[in-house]
Amino acid sequence: MMPFLFEWLWSDLLVWLLVAGVFGLVFYTRARPHLRAPWARVGRSASGMSAATVLAMFVLIGLLDSVHYRAALPPQDGKAAYATEVSSLLDRVLAPLRLTREKTYSAPLATHLYAKETVQTADGRETRLYPRLRHGGAHLADPQADRGRDIATRGFHGLALVLVLWLGAAVGLCAVRTRRTGSGMEAAWRDIWQGRTAVPWRAVLCALGLLCLIIGPVAALAPNYHVLGTDKVGQDVLYQALKSIRTGLVIGTLATMVMLPFALVLGVMAGYFKGWIDDVIQYFYTTLSSIPGVLLIAAAVLMMQVFIERHAEWFPTTELRADVRLLALCVILGVTSWTGLCRLLRGEALKLREMEYIQAAHAFGVSHWRIMMRHLMPNVMHIVMIALVMDFSGLVLAEAVLSYVGVGVDPSMISFGTMINSARLEMAREPMVWWSLAAAFMFMLTLVLSANLFADAVRDAFDPRLIISGGRA
Amino acid sequence: MSAYIVRRLIYGVFVLLGVNVLTFALFFFVNTPDDMARAQLGLKRVTPEAVAKWKHERGYDKPLFINEKISGLGRVTETIFFDKSIRLFAFQFGASDQGRNIGYDISSRMWPSLAVQVPAFVIGLAVYITFALLMAFFRATYIDFWGVVLCVLMMSISALFYIIGGQYVFGKLWSLVPISGYDSGFNAIKFLLLPVLIGVISGIGGNARWYRTIFLEEINKDYVRTARAKGLSETRVLFRHVLQNAMIPILTGVVVVIPLLFLGALITESFFGIPGLGSYTIDAIRQQDFAIVRAMVFLGSVLYIIGLILTDISYTLVDPRVRFS
Repeated sequence: MMPFLFEWLWSDLLVWLLVAGVFGLVFYTRARPHLRAPWARVGRSASGMSAATVLAMFVLIGLLDSVHYRAALPPQDGKAAYATEVSSLLDRVLAPLRLTREKTYSAPLATHLYAKETVQTADGRETRLYPRLRHGGAHLADPQADRGRDIATRGFHGLALVLVLWLGAAVGLCAVRTRRTGSGMEAAWRDIWQGRTAVPWRAVLCALGLLCLIIGPVAALAPNYHVLGTDKVGQDVLYQALKSIRTGLVIGTLATMVMLPFALVLGVMAGYFKGWIDDVIQYFYTTLSSIPGVLLIAAAVLMMQVFIERHAEWFPTTELRADVRLLALCVILGVTSWTGLCRLLRGEALKLREMEYIQAAHAFGVSHWRIMMRHLMPNVMHIVMIALVMDFSGLVLAEAVLSYVGVGVDPSMISFGTMINSARLEMAREPMVWWSLAAAFMFMLTLVLSANLFADAVRDAFDPRLIISGGRA
Repeated sequence: MSAYIVRRLIYGVFVLLGVNVLTFALFFFVNTPDDMARAQLGLKRVTPEAVAKWKHERGYDKPLFINEKISGLGRVTETIFFDKSIRLFAFQFGASDQGRNIGYDISSRMWPSLAVQVPAFVIGLAVYITFALLMAFFRATYIDFWGVVLCVLMMSISALFYIIGGQYVFGKLWSLVPISGYDSGFNAIKFLLLPVLIGVISGIGGNARWYRTIFLEEINKDYVRTARAKGLSETRVLFRHVLQNAMIPILTGVVVVIPLLFLGALITESFFGIPGLGSYTIDAIRQQDFAIVRAMVFLGSVLYIIGLILTDISYTLVDPRVRFS
């Protein structure tokens, strides 16, 4: 009997397909210098590489959260049995956070609940006090006296451990560099530290160090405390924030994947054929883009909700339903947002079709299809690449707004939007419950900011106008 | 010119027809009126009679395109398509699924939306262009660099954060303005200050950076070099020459949104409790009132098409070279 049973959700499959696609693309690009050149330029951008480091951390968490399984239960009557609950690898890693539920709100690193409760004391009287948490700081004998010191020592231990790891990474990097350049360890370190390397390793190490400074103490404290507090039903906020990452990443990437074929095929066709095909495609995207985005998305999502409710029997588990809703949201976001890129690609194709090499291809009798595939597509790819990375952060932000409006992901799915939505009402509480909101916003800010910085680096590297004029606009 | 506008208007009508067919397909083919009735009445334990009654009250029990039972013009007019789609062209929005008159609601809720949106739009435009000009003036210096960093940071923050943070700081902490609500006449001003301010601030990042790119693109052109060579001061170059020539790309992005100001800002209005069209739409979405959503989709498209035509007209105003025939 297997200790677990893989449970592939639809979005998992698509995510891993995407990962495979990216690897394929990397492999394809490596062998072709003209494709490698812009990426090498991205690699030389300090802000881009630091952002990529942070993004890589997010992607790692998202991928861990994209392997779902059902744990084995003790066998019954000799037959293998598996839990009905679907959990992911990330859930497994974060088990200390997931399973330590409190009763209700508690502040970050608190040892007591946030609300007073009536408790019976030993001598039978009833008093109202802030009860101790079941898990947060439960190991402390006297929280009042020990808490500060305990947090400091644990945090310091975590910091020390992570610093050692960071130093290890730095030394490893130097070692690789000595092997490449043949210089000594010390020279390699000096090169990196004085920023003389082609790839800005100093910036990468700084970003990594900054990440470590945060991750170390948090990881050391997380098993014993609720580092970011707990929410209304007592769930750890840090756990929720980490789970939200996958939702954001899935929406940001899969929606652009849906949008891409529409924009690419229709845009290039409109620009290349001109005439009535262009008219039809233009009419089509003017019509779609004339509907204000949120309204179109809302209308489509409302209809999708009714559809899913009518066919409830197709989606037996909550996870499956939430997953299908997530995918449907991606499709809707993609279908409603391809018009902008399509317009850009049409313009570019209009320009390119008048170029001599296309005329030459015509003269040689190359078919329309082949001209579009071989001669037009590769030459508009920089626009596609820029649009892809630029759209990502917008989609992550849009998810939060849509969830607030009520047309976002399934309410049972943890996402930045649902976190903000449920925490919003607690602003009116006295004293205020701020940590859920703060956590969601900070995680979102980090993700979107690093995505934006990376997108800028990609744009600077791919946009021919910027390269010719010599650097950033 | 007028012939061009007439042609654009006719094209606009065709686009609206497309929008109508699209929404009609979305609302009546993906799900039948029966499904909508069940979604509204609660999925379980709903009798067929209740569904039929719900449909009849709202006119959803007619045939989709052609009514076989009636002769003459009624064959086409007594259908769902005519009732729910074609009537929109005459701005007859009909009744919402809750039975309220949508046309009346829209005309009365339009004003609070405009009261927030117009000041936010005008002040915002002035602020964004000023910031962008400043960054362009100090280009390739530390002011420019940190200005761009600030812009990227500000555009990475969720709009929800600006609203919640603004409400907390200005409304709760400093008690300068009420957190939410609305009043009639001039009493509304104290309720409008914060939404307008937040509307402006939340747009700074993206917009200032966008205008800066436009200005920098102009600044590298030959006529700017000529102007400098003539000995004009840098401020004069920026304001007299660059700003004027950057008007076309600015107008492209700006004029098209002016008519859409009517629709209001969805989340701002709902957070601040402003009874405008934005909160109207959100409420309709939350209550799954399909009639209102359909009406707003149509209205939004009409306003967008008006915006496109206005954009074309505005080109002729700022650039004498542009002539439409």
